[in-house]
Amino acid sequence: MPAAPSGTTARPRKTVYLGDPLAEPPAPDLLSLLEPYQGRRDTVVSVLQALQERYGYLPERAMRYAARELGVPLARIYGVATFYNQFRFTPPARYSVHVCRGTACHVAGSGAILTAIKKDLNIAEDESTPDGMFSLQTVACIGCCSLAPAVVVNHDVHGTVSPERIKVVLDRYRAPEVEAQS
Amino acid sequence: MNENGSRGPAVALPLRGEGAVLQAARQFAEIVGAPPRRFQVCAGTGCVSNSSLQVAEALGKATSSPVSITGCHGFCARGPLVRVEPHGFLFTGVRPEAVPDLIQRLDSGQEPSEDLLYHDPLTGQAHLLEHQIPFYHHQQRITLQNCGVVDPDDIRTYLARGGYSALDRALFRMSPEDVIGAVSESRLRGRGGAGFLTGRKWDLTRRQGGARKFIICNGDEGDPGAFMDRSIMEGDPHAVIEGMLLAGYAVGASEGYVYVRHEYPLAVQRLKRAVEEATTWGLLGPSLLGTRFAYQIHVREGAGAFVSGEETALIRSIQGERAVPYMRPPYPSERGLWGCPTCINNVETLATIPLIIMRGPGWYAGLGTSNSGGTKVFALTGAIKNTGLVEVPLGTSLRHVVENIGGGPRPGRRIKAVQIGGPSGGCLPESLLDTPVDYEDLGATGAIMGSGGLVVADDTTCMVDLARYFLSFTQDESCGKCIPCRIGTRKMLGILTRITMGEARSDDVDRLEQVARTVRTSSLCGLGLTAPNPVMTTLRYFRDEYAAHVQDRHCPAGACEALR
Repeated sequence: MPAAPSGTTARPRKTVYLGDPLAEPPAPDLLSLLEPYQGRRDTVVSVLQALQERYGYLPERAMRYAARELGVPLARIYGVATFYNQFRFTPPARYSVHVCRGTACHVAGSGAILTAIKKDLNIAEDESTPDGMFSLQTVACIGCCSLAPAVVVNHDVHGTVSPERIKVVLDRYRAPEVEAQS
Repeated sequence: MNENGSRGPAVALPLRGEGAVLQAARQFAEIVGAPPRRFQVCAGTGCVSNSSLQVAEALGKATSSPVSITGCHGFCARGPLVRVEPHGFLFTGVRPEAVPDLIQRLDSGQEPSEDLLYHDPLTGQAHLLEHQIPFYHHQQRITLQNCGVVDPDDIRTYLARGGYSALDRALFRMSPEDVIGAVSESRLRGRGGAGFLTGRKWDLTRRQGGARKFIICNGDEGDPGAFMDRSIMEGDPHAVIEGMLLAGYAVGASEGYVYVRHEYPLAVQRLKRAVEEATTWGLLGPSLLGTRFAYQIHVREGAGAFVSGEETALIRSIQGERAVPYMRPPYPSERGLWGCPTCINNVETLATIPLIIMRGPGWYAGLGTSNSGGTKVFALTGAIKNTGLVEVPLGTSLRHVVENIGGGPRPGRRIKAVQIGGPSGGCLPESLLDTPVDYEDLGATGAIMGSGGLVVADDTTCMVDLARYFLSFTQDESCGKCIPCRIGTRKMLGILTRITMGEARSDDVDRLEQVARTVRTSSLCGLGLTAPNPVMTTLRYFRDEYAAHVQDRHCPAGACEALR
């Protein structure tokens, strides 16, 4: 069979290191989290969502145990996890910044916002700052089109931002005593 | 929120028998009905991010009148919004700090402060009454009638507005065939975009054998620039549930799934709560209203994949697989979820069904055109003065929506185009604004009705860049299963990027057109089949802009950075 042409898949590959299976005993809370899903192959997406909710990302070990408890091959778990945009394989930063790239935001200049944030944080898209404070991602549309351009930091939506104002917003999260309030 | 509050239900739960719903409705009429004065604060995602919850809190402290949280009022550009009933006042841009003064003035009979009133940008006139504001005045809110009025977390407010009385009528007075007949007669067509007749889809599912059937409510609203379904799920979740119940009764299904994007956490939360409440009230569960009809609803969250809005991909996603579409036939109505007959409808479609049953199919059909009945909700955004959620009868002209409801272009600007239908839709020039909003008329222009995204572009928007924007979205979201879509969208994006970078080759426009045609005719699912639409329509109506980029290395709108 000829090799698949490189560079034609739509999504960038995410790699997970597959080490010694089940080498360490699982934390008890992991097993209790997986318990309601036992043997239910249809719940792969929901299980991964629950794991990410718990850990902030998908640790390899958690995926291995999920495969065992659900009774599906690890390859299938990994296949599903890499298909959807929601899942991540590295621990999240303290504040995850999502720049909306919806149509209304695009027309209102979200490209310039993204550039300004990249410059301010000195990271590229899908990267985290070395101090673990911020990560930067784009999102297709958050449906706040009337507030375009919009940026979401954790669960706070910041509407009608400008390249200048976004710096002020980010600084507010940097302030040590202020906890994520807009 | 107040299920344990002093105004707890005085009726016996679960509700049983014919008329129980109507009795409950009379009991709760005062919650949303006549005086005394009460405040309704918009808690749609837009207003919440503008601190509307803090406004509600401030109101609670400043007045003893009831303050309720509602879903989206629609006028997102002017949030946070506070409505005062029964007077019909609407205050816009309300800050928590402004609340004490507002209450003091209202209590003492003074005029409220001018800056809380909406000012018509055309005439400068201030409006106190909501229905006089042109944005609302020019609309006909049917499907959205409860959005911004009921408290989505309190089933009694939905009952008081006549909610679940369509279910009562269907269960006790109508056969499943009667329900399908009514939906067919209303000429309701699928509001997700394709426009398939809903009654026909139900009839096809009903005719299938098999003991197990499913209803799926498609709330995977993925089009960037569209938020109709989000607002309905957040603002009127019980209408979605009632629509699913009626669909289930009609086709013979007793299980339903609502599939919601994970980007809509508020919608997920409100739907889950509504399902719980409806179950307590006997409107979901093993015996609805004491009859033999059983129904249960599962709320499933998507995980971020545009393609999962495609019906076969959505089925796979619910089954816990990668959301990759498969060939039809067999259609889901024959073999869908877990291989069982499945009826998939969009959120807006389902939320409309209870009204059709209650007010009659003739009434609904009469609102639209001869081909398609009723109204359509649009998410109106972009380069206009009034943005938000609007609802108009089918057959209304785009110009009416953009100019009368949207308030026209921003000062000193000129409307160049409207983009309708998102990444599957098309860009229409200003000269075609008189096109009626209808499946056939819009289809003839090369655009589509689509799910309801309506983005207005002015003279600062570059149409080539807009086409490139949509292609970068579809290319990114292509699942990679079929070759035309996987490679074609990448090729088109490459050419469009070259053009906007000023690096175009002389034959690039022809090549682009050729690839677009191939992708449009040979892709597997709707994503690929419609992905070329933004390219085809901009080539058709804005070819001169392409020429300027390719030959003169110049961007007429001044939007392409490389060509400045």
